[in-house]
Amino acid sequence: MTTATIPPTSLHHGHRVLMKGNEAMAEAAIRAGCDAYFGYPITPQAELLEWMARRMPEEGRPFVQAESELGAINMALGAASTGARVLVSSSSPGISLMAEAMSYMAGSEIPVVLVNVMRAGPGLGGIGPSQADYFQATKGHGHGGYKVPVLAPSSIGEAMALMADAFELAEKYRTPVFILADGTLGQAMEPVELQFRTPPRLASEWALTGADGRPPRVVKSMHLEPEDLEAHNLHLEAKFAEIAAREVRWAGEQLEGAELVIVAYGTAARVARTAIARARAEGLPAGLFRPITLWPFPSAALAEVAARARGVLVVELSAGQMVEDVRLAIEGRRPVAFEGRSGGMIPTPGEVVDALRRLSAATADATGPATEARP
Amino acid sequence: MTTETQAGARVIFERPALLTDLSTHYCPGCGHGVVHRLIAEVLGDLGLGPRTIAVAPVGCAVFAYDYIGVDFVEAPHGRAPAVATGIRRVRPDAFVLTYQGDGDLAAIGTAEIIHAAGRGELLTAVFVNNGIYGMTGGQMAPTTLLGQRSTSSPGGREAAFHGYPIPMTEMLAIMPGVAYAARGSVADAPAIGRTKQYLRRACEVQLEGRGFAIVEVISNCPVGWGMTPTESMERLRDVVAKEYRPGVIVDRTKEA
Repeated sequence: MTTATIPPTSLHHGHRVLMKGNEAMAEAAIRAGCDAYFGYPITPQAELLEWMARRMPEEGRPFVQAESELGAINMALGAASTGARVLVSSSSPGISLMAEAMSYMAGSEIPVVLVNVMRAGPGLGGIGPSQADYFQATKGHGHGGYKVPVLAPSSIGEAMALMADAFELAEKYRTPVFILADGTLGQAMEPVELQFRTPPRLASEWALTGADGRPPRVVKSMHLEPEDLEAHNLHLEAKFAEIAAREVRWAGEQLEGAELVIVAYGTAARVARTAIARARAEGLPAGLFRPITLWPFPSAALAEVAARARGVLVVELSAGQMVEDVRLAIEGRRPVAFEGRSGGMIPTPGEVVDALRRLSAATADATGPATEARP
Repeated sequence: MTTETQAGARVIFERPALLTDLSTHYCPGCGHGVVHRLIAEVLGDLGLGPRTIAVAPVGCAVFAYDYIGVDFVEAPHGRAPAVATGIRRVRPDAFVLTYQGDGDLAAIGTAEIIHAAGRGELLTAVFVNNGIYGMTGGQMAPTTLLGQRSTSSPGGREAAFHGYPIPMTEMLAIMPGVAYAARGSVADAPAIGRTKQYLRRACEVQLEGRGFAIVEVISNCPVGWGMTPTESMERLRDVVAKEYRPGVIVDRTKEA
């Protein structure tokens, strides 16, 4: 149920307000110039849809509560194929239903922003917070082999800022973009300094506007001739490579002299931050490496940071998914431990500190921070 | 398009300007080409080419965008009405057309077509019903007639085993959001002429802002039915049209 008590007209750029994550993301999208929103109710993202139901008509912009997540994502596909700036949101089971259209949009190069307020799974699972859709978001989501940028906010304020960035990335690269939040970020309220931004509109040479004074355009993903489809896929791969080269984002905290590095994103990074403060108080030199783009994953930066540490601890609200990308980045040069809870449970700072202690003991023979990769 | 004529001759038949100059990939005798031509004629007659954004289905007719010269987006299987809804909502000035087969509209896309119609979206839906999955090799469709053989109903469709054919257009017609629903046929020239009138009216209904409009066109699939083109047209006229009866099913634009 919406907690909306703040009249949107009082939400001014630069003001500090208390806002719920789902509503903050919705308003940020509106201020970023979102032309249309399509959704379907599901916990724990329903307030995002409810905010849009009220606010989009106020702005004279389309809002449709679709018949299903399939309906919602395909409405987005249609609207975005005309060059409109479109937002869709859902939570894990609904995101699964959207995988088909996401693959079509990746193949057809249709920009759209999709928010996943992750809940615990598998199946209907539960409505508690989770990060168990990491594989789904970063490893393809739908069929056929493709990548989409995945942005992972760790605070409500960051989620608002990333909304504008997501639209900008989507349009710059003609690609769907994921915002991967979790139930805690969606449901929690926290003070945010409102930072609204409307990315500039790019001239479109591809959008469907009616063939008035120009040849007809077709937005499609089908290429039946293998030679044609391979050429198209090579074009997509070149785009993915460009995104991977240019759009990596991460944040480091207390990494100077950190012998133990926690890698965590989203809500898990919030827990890690508390754990690091406690660990440092007892003399464990820990720091935080927080990926903001989960794809492209900040592998090179993490490898550099890890090379200066004794060991790495990955903390996730899952049984361990991002830990695989961390291990790939570090290529066995440092021990990588994992601490996580699933099913809607959140690791406590105490559990994370315990894991840091175990990692510290296991790597105690390492003679201080290494400066080079060991064989 | 200009056509050179001999002195004294009169042009009575031309390729519609919106029909591209390509040979279609459709099998000999297939009805899709006829429906494409009718759409190109109607859009041209109404001057809608420059305003049209059309949605192509999955199935044989996915290539409609190669033959009808308007802007097109390719929808996932069955999702054309949802895709068209998105276009409609952000492009109020566009003329929005969907083209779907019976597997696309009556099986995998049942929810999308019913809800687009239920919302009364200002769309013109063309539903080509040939009672079979053509592109995948002739499997049973929701519209396959009882007794009809297909590669997935090799002994013929049985109600007790496969269920009954689904009369989609009649089902849609009961909803108040549907302003116009008609069923045409490509069985012979008079039927094709009437089908063109239905399509024209279904386009006008959208332009008038009256609501959702659908024209089902019963068509043939000679290869999928295991028949010659001529045999398939006879079956369409003598058998299929007895079950799926052509005519205007509802016209709420005439109601007070």
